[in-house]
Amino acid sequence: MTNRKLGGKLPARTSLSRRTFATGLGAAGIVAGTSPFSIVRAQGAALKVGVLLPRSGVQAGIGQDCHRGVEIAGDILRGLDLPPLEIMNGDTESNADVARARAERLIGEGAQLLVGAFDSGQSTAIAQVAEQKGIPYVINIAAAPPITEQGYKFVFRNFPTAPMILTDAFANQKEVFAIAGTAPKAVVFMHVNDTFGTSMAKGIGGVFPKFELPYKIADTIAYDPAARDLSVEVAKAKATGADGLLLVSRLNDAMLLTRELVKQRWTPTAILSMGPGWYEDQYLKTLGKLADGPLSFVPWYDPNKKLSKTLEAALAKAHPGVNLNTNHIFTFEALLIAADAYKRAGSTDPKALADAIRTASIKDNVSIGPGISFDAKGQNMTLKNAALQNRAGKLVTVAPTVAANAKPELPMAPYDKR
Amino acid sequence: MPTEIYLNVAVNGLLTGLVYGLMALGLSVIFGVVRVVNFAHGEMMTLAMYATVVAFASLGLDPFLMLVPAAAALFALGYLLQVGIINPFINRPEHSQFMLLVAVATILVNLQLILFGPDARSVQTSYSFDSFLVGSLIVDASKAYAGATAVLIAGALFAFFRFTVIGKAIRACADNYTGALVVGLDVKRLYALTFGLGAACVGAAGVMLSLVIDVTPALGPAYTLLAFVIVITGGLGSMPGALLGGVLIGLTEALAGLLYTPSAKSMFAFGILVLVLLFRPQGILGKRIG
Repeated sequence: MTNRKLGGKLPARTSLSRRTFATGLGAAGIVAGTSPFSIVRAQGAALKVGVLLPRSGVQAGIGQDCHRGVEIAGDILRGLDLPPLEIMNGDTESNADVARARAERLIGEGAQLLVGAFDSGQSTAIAQVAEQKGIPYVINIAAAPPITEQGYKFVFRNFPTAPMILTDAFANQKEVFAIAGTAPKAVVFMHVNDTFGTSMAKGIGGVFPKFELPYKIADTIAYDPAARDLSVEVAKAKATGADGLLLVSRLNDAMLLTRELVKQRWTPTAILSMGPGWYEDQYLKTLGKLADGPLSFVPWYDPNKKLSKTLEAALAKAHPGVNLNTNHIFTFEALLIAADAYKRAGSTDPKALADAIRTASIKDNVSIGPGISFDAKGQNMTLKNAALQNRAGKLVTVAPTVAANAKPELPMAPYDKR
Repeated sequence: MPTEIYLNVAVNGLLTGLVYGLMALGLSVIFGVVRVVNFAHGEMMTLAMYATVVAFASLGLDPFLMLVPAAAALFALGYLLQVGIINPFINRPEHSQFMLLVAVATILVNLQLILFGPDARSVQTSYSFDSFLVGSLIVDASKAYAGATAVLIAGALFAFFRFTVIGKAIRACADNYTGALVVGLDVKRLYALTFGLGAACVGAAGVMLSLVIDVTPALGPAYTLLAFVIVITGGLGSMPGALLGGVLIGLTEALAGLLYTPSAKSMFAFGILVLVLLFRPQGILGKRIG
């Protein structure tokens, strides 16, 4: 594990001891992704925050993208006059069992609060450890509903659950189809068969009928998120005669699916994604003009909020050319929640921190919605989605209308005419 | 479901299976002669894939131009591995050989992580998104090129073992180790050549696979396992068996995905392995020992 310090004002001294340096150096070969050292201020000790992300394995690209949210957090938190955080990086290797072991190790090494882990399966494993050890855990990204349905006292999630995402996604879709004046008649629902994907699939059964959408679901195809070849899946979807795709995917499989769509000469009327992958920078850069067209219905940021502009500017400075996205937003907000709780609790006592998080009311935030607060289960129920469309390598917001900066373009331009 | 979909999926499965077969062929050749199981097989393949990706990204070299250099580099690596590390273990217990090659595999994975990071990397050539339309059949161009090349390389390897003096000498070592020593063959050198040839095979397969899939360091162990499934199904040590096993696994995965559910593709491949182990433990084309 590598330790990094975030936030605080000017240093009285850095807390980089020989031991810390040796530990960090030794772990450098194991843990991918680093953040620049920020400065620790003298006023009180920094809160030790274990940040668990899939920095290697099949979700490595997304995990490292989340880490950018950690990298840019230090200066912003300092600007908000929040106390410093000492970041202890952990790699879940995209594996729930490893996530559990790393969480235990970070707590053993002194982590006073945990953040992570992008994936529902890994977050579920970490939540069990956090609850058992009595250490507050702020989930950055994970949508499986059961995580906050267990009666946990130390687990908090500032990310919508699968039913929340679906409800918003279908509402946004209706809005998009109305503006575009067209909609697919039938879609194939393709989803990864991990915890997130199956939670979304279960949620669709309950939420979809309530919205009277213009399309029917012709077939449902589940696939392995680590699949190396999705030609069969795409062939099967194409054979149904559907003219649209409804997706819950990850990054690598989103790229594989696009390649197969092109090779199998099928351009759906609409690609409607309700998860990561399709809006991410690596997707846009790798596929170029073939990346244009898909719509993503995802938890997003409100571009009109002051802190969103600050975050955007910080990311542009640290990583020129990288678009601000869900991974950065919610990882940053998890650290914001940690620093805010530490400030109000005035202590590193886990129970005091958990109580402070439970009573959080952060209005100066980034995500869409009135702010950050938690219900009795530790869930922020006020978060909202946005509908994004890929256009010429950039992302535009097409719904909800109040946050839109472009109109949706449907049907998608044929792949062979680009 | 339209009938042409079955044909489309079967052709894709067949082409992928041929490349799988070429990869597994290397493993089978090494085991058939040296009697050492290369547990670093998939990791060696990802080395070739990374070489292809880097050559394409930095020099714009088409993967087909990388076939010979990558195979030659992997040949050299395999030869040196056998001479420097594996030969001293030839007469040691199998678990020692196993641990040795697992260690080599772990080193290779970590080296790749350090050098290339965990992100997936790909080769996007001008024909990466092409497909051929033959009637109602859509054939992925990259897979077609890769499958055809795999057949050519496998054919060349069969010819080498059947018609060349060195090939015959290697087969003699495989058939009768003591006899080969008695007639004066330099068995250790021939072992090194064999390991080199097996590594060259997997190197060529890696170059071809870089056209079809993205490479990450984590891919190595998965493909080592896949190679085992293929050679055990086809018959450990049997060269035609490796190709047949590859095609069988490729077809099974594809058709299982279509007829049942894509999530269960690997389940069916392993199901075939279990059936083979139960009813024909030596593999479909393997020879019964003892």
